[in-house]
Amino acid sequence: MRLAMAIDTKKCVGCSDCVVSCQTENSVPIGYCRDWIVEVNDGTYPQLEMEIRSERCNQCSNSPCVRCCPTGASHYDYGGIVLVTPHKCIGCGACISSCPYDARYPHPKGYVDKCTFCVHRVKEGLPPACVAVCPTKCLYFGDTDDQRSEISLVLKKRKYKRLIPEAGTNPNLYFLI
Amino acid sequence: MNRRNFIRISTLGAGGAMLGGIMSGSGKEPSLLDRLTGKSPTDDFKYLRTPTYCEVCFWKCAGWVYKNDQGEIWKIIGNEIDPHCNGRLCPRGTGGVGMYYDQDRLKTPMIRTGERGKQSFKRASWDEALDFVAKKLDHIGKKYGPETVALITHGSGGKILTTLMKAYGSDSIAGPSYAQCKGPREAAFNLTFGASLESPEPTDIRNTKCLVLIGSHLGENMHNTQVQEMADAIDRGACIITVDPRFSTVAGKSKFWLPIKPATDIALLLAWMNVLINNNWYDKEYIEKYASGFDKLKDYIQPFTPEWAYGITTIDPVKIHDTAKEMANAAPAVIIHPGRHVTWYGDDTQRSRAIAILNALLGSWGRRGGFYLAELKAIPEYPHPPFPPVNKSWRDILGDQYPFAELPLANAIVDGSIPGRLKDFQYRGWIVNGSNLNMTMPDSRKTLEAIQNLELLVVIDTMPMEITGWADVVLPECTYLERYDVLRNDHNREPVIALRMPAAEPKYDTKPDWWIAKELANKMGLGKYFDWKNIEEFLDYKLQRMGSSLKEMKKIGVKKYAREGGDLYFSAENPPTYDTPSGKIELYSTQLEQAGFDPLPRYTTHEEPPEGYYRLNYGRTQSHTFSRTSNNPNLSAIMPENAVWVNPKVAANWQFKDGQDVWLKNQDGAITPFPAKIRITERIRWDSVYIVHGFGHTSQLLSRAYGKGVSDAALITKVLIDPVMGGTGMRGNFVTFLTENPDKEVKA
Amino acid sequence: MREELIISGRNNPMVDPVLNIWHWQIPLYLFLGGVAAGILFFASLYFIMGREKKYPAAIKWAPFLTPFLLVIGLGALFLDLNHKAFFWQLYLTFRIESPMSWGAWILMVITPLSIVWCATWIKELKPGWHWKYPFLDQWEAFFKKHRLIIAWIMLISAVILGVYTGILLSAFNARPLWNTSILGPLFFASSLSTGAAVIMLMAKSHLERNIFSRIDLILIAIEMFLIVHMFMGFQASTQVQIDAANMFLGGAYTEVFWIFVVIIGLLVPAILEILELLGYKIPIIITSSLILTGGIFLRFVIVYAGQASRYLY
Ligand SMILES: Nc1nc2c(c(=O)[nH]1)N[C@H]1C(S)=C(S)[C@@H](COP(=O)(O)OP(=O)(O)OC[C@H]3O[C@@H](n4cnc5c(=O)[nH]c(N)nc54)[C@H](O)[C@@H]3O)O[C@H]1N2
Ligand SMILES: Nc1nc2c(c(=O)[nH]1)N[C@H]1C(S)=C(S)[C@@H](COP(=O)(O)OP(=O)(O)OC[C@H]3O[C@@H](n4cnc5c(=O)[nH]c(N)nc54)[C@H](O)[C@@H]3O)O[C@H]1N2
Ligand code: SF4
Ligand code: SF4
Ligand code: SF4
Ligand code: SF4
Ligand code: SF4
Ligand SMILES: [Mo]
Repeated sequence: MRLAMAIDTKKCVGCSDCVVSCQTENSVPIGYCRDWIVEVNDGTYPQLEMEIRSERCNQCSNSPCVRCCPTGASHYDYGGIVLVTPHKCIGCGACISSCPYDARYPHPKGYVDKCTFCVHRVKEGLPPACVAVCPTKCLYFGDTDDQRSEISLVLKKRKYKRLIPEAGTNPNLYFLI
Repeated sequence: MNRRNFIRISTLGAGGAMLGGIMSGSGKEPSLLDRLTGKSPTDDFKYLRTPTYCEVCFWKCAGWVYKNDQGEIWKIIGNEIDPHCNGRLCPRGTGGVGMYYDQDRLKTPMIRTGERGKQSFKRASWDEALDFVAKKLDHIGKKYGPETVALITHGSGGKILTTLMKAYGSDSIAGPSYAQCKGPREAAFNLTFGASLESPEPTDIRNTKCLVLIGSHLGENMHNTQVQEMADAIDRGACIITVDPRFSTVAGKSKFWLPIKPATDIALLLAWMNVLINNNWYDKEYIEKYASGFDKLKDYIQPFTPEWAYGITTIDPVKIHDTAKEMANAAPAVIIHPGRHVTWYGDDTQRSRAIAILNALLGSWGRRGGFYLAELKAIPEYPHPPFPPVNKSWRDILGDQYPFAELPLANAIVDGSIPGRLKDFQYRGWIVNGSNLNMTMPDSRKTLEAIQNLELLVVIDTMPMEITGWADVVLPECTYLERYDVLRNDHNREPVIALRMPAAEPKYDTKPDWWIAKELANKMGLGKYFDWKNIEEFLDYKLQRMGSSLKEMKKIGVKKYAREGGDLYFSAENPPTYDTPSGKIELYSTQLEQAGFDPLPRYTTHEEPPEGYYRLNYGRTQSHTFSRTSNNPNLSAIMPENAVWVNPKVAANWQFKDGQDVWLKNQDGAITPFPAKIRITERIRWDSVYIVHGFGHTSQLLSRAYGKGVSDAALITKVLIDPVMGGTGMRGNFVTFLTENPDKEVKA
Repeated sequence: MREELIISGRNNPMVDPVLNIWHWQIPLYLFLGGVAAGILFFASLYFIMGREKKYPAAIKWAPFLTPFLLVIGLGALFLDLNHKAFFWQLYLTFRIESPMSWGAWILMVITPLSIVWCATWIKELKPGWHWKYPFLDQWEAFFKKHRLIIAWIMLISAVILGVYTGILLSAFNARPLWNTSILGPLFFASSLSTGAAVIMLMAKSHLERNIFSRIDLILIAIEMFLIVHMFMGFQASTQVQIDAANMFLGGAYTEVFWIFVVIIGLLVPAILEILELLGYKIPIIITSSLILTGGIFLRFVIVYAGQASRYLY
């Protein structure tokens, strides 16, 4: 099983609902976030193009954050999700420095926190909070190992890109373009 | 994990949800991780959840409020069966928890001690405060007549306060949601189709093949269902045509973006009519059968060719032609969206009329993929004695001004409170509920002048907004998460109602509107109009008569009813009817003609920005509602302040750096008290600047929002009144930049 | 115009607007660890080579500093942890891919080793020294007997420590500036150079000072070569690495880097050392402290600039 997310940049309106719902679902302290929205505008008025991306941890299959963690707090878990075990984390920041996506942050309690793909929900059969709330339904979540899963189908149908492939992290976030 | 699995489990959950308030978990042990993080498996059905409908904007999506294992309000999730949200709230609704947790909230009733405008109050008990108000109202009623007291309200509590007002003897009950918002289009669609649009608009975006957005920036305007259905439309490959001088979010998703020169939309609309009619692309059968005045229209639009419009709108004639073709191909599954905040240039009813006519030509009214026929469930009244007659109704007070105003105008109430504005009438008191007039009404100087002439200003609010600083009495309402309210009941595809009940006890010394209205009524001797023990009894009475009960509604939150008025669209069994004088769609409006207005929409040129000035454009942003969320902890984290968008060309002229502070000054010399940051972006034209509405708060009691960004309201001093229905056009203002703090300049 | 911005107000402390997760403690730790590694490297190397008589400062005196340097370094590292109460987790596991883990463990090896090393020399250097507890005498005798073995272990550990301080950063290829294989050798060279500078400072004999001056000169030459190569590498690489290099070529870090690291820390000491070798009398304190200053600035600049260099936005 390889859990992954596909983000339709053509449908996303950048409303940040995914960010707010993550905040409440996961009690992310105000002023911190596990996901964020990037807007890219290209061109000259009135010849313009816009891309909106809802970004979060890429749950990399070859993740430098797991590699560089000195304690094993960062590890691969259910469905390949990269998780941090708070009581094993010493807050050394190595994983934060190692993440090319700046997807991690030091939680005010000291340990490092990041998107968990809402593993607590996923294990219960619920989609991640951000996926569940997205008003444009532009987030697809599922198992890319399962050829018939919705996400596999959408990845077959649509063109996509992944972020900073040259970093060699083998990310599991797909941006539909 | 695959999708089938999701569906199976979530439907199981939803089924389980019917069983009662407290849901049990799936019985799984918390995982090791969860135990280590101190988190229990937070599956959606584990904890107590209570129904609500959202009050962060007026779409009123129904949802569930969940509490965590400490019994604190944790999150709000949309109600799956509610057609306003389909289980998905918008960011503001999701962040609604912040309204409850905001530590800046109003906490106790207060009575003014110092001058107006300064937040100088003494704390009062509810008894004292309401006594004060009751006595004052009694006094005004006796001295000037109860009709001189107006209620300005936006939000759910307004319904019960309306009962109080009517019992008292006034019908001047207005909201900024009419003459500052959708009024012109309501008048226009009424004049044309004999039906207004209401909220939610009956746009059948779900089934449309072509959606035309004229300055309605869905996706930034987060009216939930519309955004959801638009996203589905994108998936379906429907054609979206966006007319907006700014590269709005939805412009970036449109097949056609027409970057129109501001204030020239009517020219474009006329040109579209020209193309549709002259190419015979309009719906002939529909028009012949159901419309009147087509020939006059046809003659009228002859000069308005795409080439003519090009000179005005700067839109390429080929594009005008092509987009008309797209619409015609999609017809009748096409929507020329009527927009919502349509008070722009003072000829707004006429522009909205042009939109209505275009929809008529395409035959989209009452058709699948166009406008569906919405239905509303009638909610029985709780029995009460008849209201006393009103000495002078709002319509009489208006006289022959604004003949097509269908509702009282907030701006007319402001006007009518200034001595000498109206012949033998002056408003003497306002009750303001859930409306921050200082940032809502254009020309705030005038609003303040009006307030200074009032004998009583009562403000019911949840936050120490600007308006509270001007009140004589401030009554702190508890947030929507802490109260019952009247049932939500809006027009929709299927009649549907929703319940709001408290998820938590009111924090501080705050009370719900219904309690305030009832107590006040008691003190004023109007208790017989509120002849129920408490709101539960009031609601249950109604629900019992609607085949439900309060008990049931607490469990389901939302109840749908079968349609009674036939099909969702016109059909053989459900033939079109138009509630106009002619019984037909009035392309040519004899009503307007008789009242001395243009019977067919006319393009008029509007003032252009003077040298060195830029047109002030403003609008919504996804994560905020007007000025009401700028202090919300969750949402201000997403966007703490607004920026001033300028085109790179303008930035180069002024040698602006991205993120630099500027102050704005308008054509009348109004200057923003706080600076805002420059955002250099191609998304805005070189003749305009854009700011998001709702920032630049001046109330120091708002710890997060005070002094952050600029207020468009402070810069809208020129108001272009629509003579047809009294709407306040707000887009005729021009601003220039100050790079130094104007305050310092004065002092130096 | 291209505009790329985060519109959801991301403002994670220590991550935004630029990464700032590592503060002064980390470069200090890297510097101190580097100096200690340098000293212990020379100490064990020359001991193994049998130069005990010739290079007493290197083999006997300078190592006395290293336990302090290492403990202070470790203390600095500790100070920069965000979840300090869980510090011990470092020593429940060894993670072969994690440079941090290597660092933590190598310090655990080399710090006691350095203490033992010093203990074996203390009687020689401080006549009249005697241990409080007699069993320490037995231990001393034991370690003295096996000095050569200790030296070998220490040599290897010192190399690991020295290399580690460089590798630590370049293992983080998420930061374009650190994403270069040159950083390891550069930091290692700098470790040796700063170690040599300390030895020079403590050397009493002209001969010892002279030889370390020569060594240092070579190391400086190597460092210069590596720095030039590093920039050439960046310029020939992707845009993000060009951007990273540009922080030193006109960007925010230009002055500190070229003035403090290159001129003050490398070129001036090199000139002084050449003059010295040519027979001019240069107070060694000047040369040594310039080298040490350069070393410390190198760590600071690379740690801070590295955090400011990024792939996205
Ligand atoms: N997130 C969020 N959503 C909201 C609200 C909110 O506060 N926040 N408020 C709700 C309410 S009550 C309303 S009324 C609606 C309002 O939402 P809408 O009616 O959709 O939008 P406005 O904010 O009036 O319009 C702003 C758009 O009009 C464009 N515009 C400006 N001048 C012109 C012009 O001359 N011609 C054309 N064609 N376009 C022009 C602007 O560039 C901008 O894109 O939003 C609703 N939805
Ligand atoms: N300059 C400018 N003016 C505008 C607009 C614009 O875009 N620019 N838009 C216009 C439009 S479309 C509209 S619809 C109106 C909207 O106008 P308003 O509805 O007046 O908008 P807000 O400024 O959000 O004011 C809402 C007030 O309600 C309070 N409130 C929130 N929740 C509750 C509650 O539960 N109970 C009570 N009692 N109070 C509550 C808030 O604290 C706030 O003071 O503004 C119009 N005016
Ligand atoms: S909730 Fe959906 S539409 Fe909104 S920003 Fe997130 S991904 Fe985009
Ligand atoms: S995105 Fe960053 S934090 Fe997430 S797995 Fe990849 S490297 Fe680790
Ligand atoms: S901060 Fe925590 S999770 Fe990250 S590398 Fe250090 S110990 Fe591992
Ligand atoms: S998957 Fe969960 S944790 Fe990750 S961004 Fe979405 S809501 Fe947050
Ligand atoms: S659209 Fe958003 S803010 Fe408005 S009622 Fe629905 S959830 Fe609440
Ligand atoms: Mo509105």
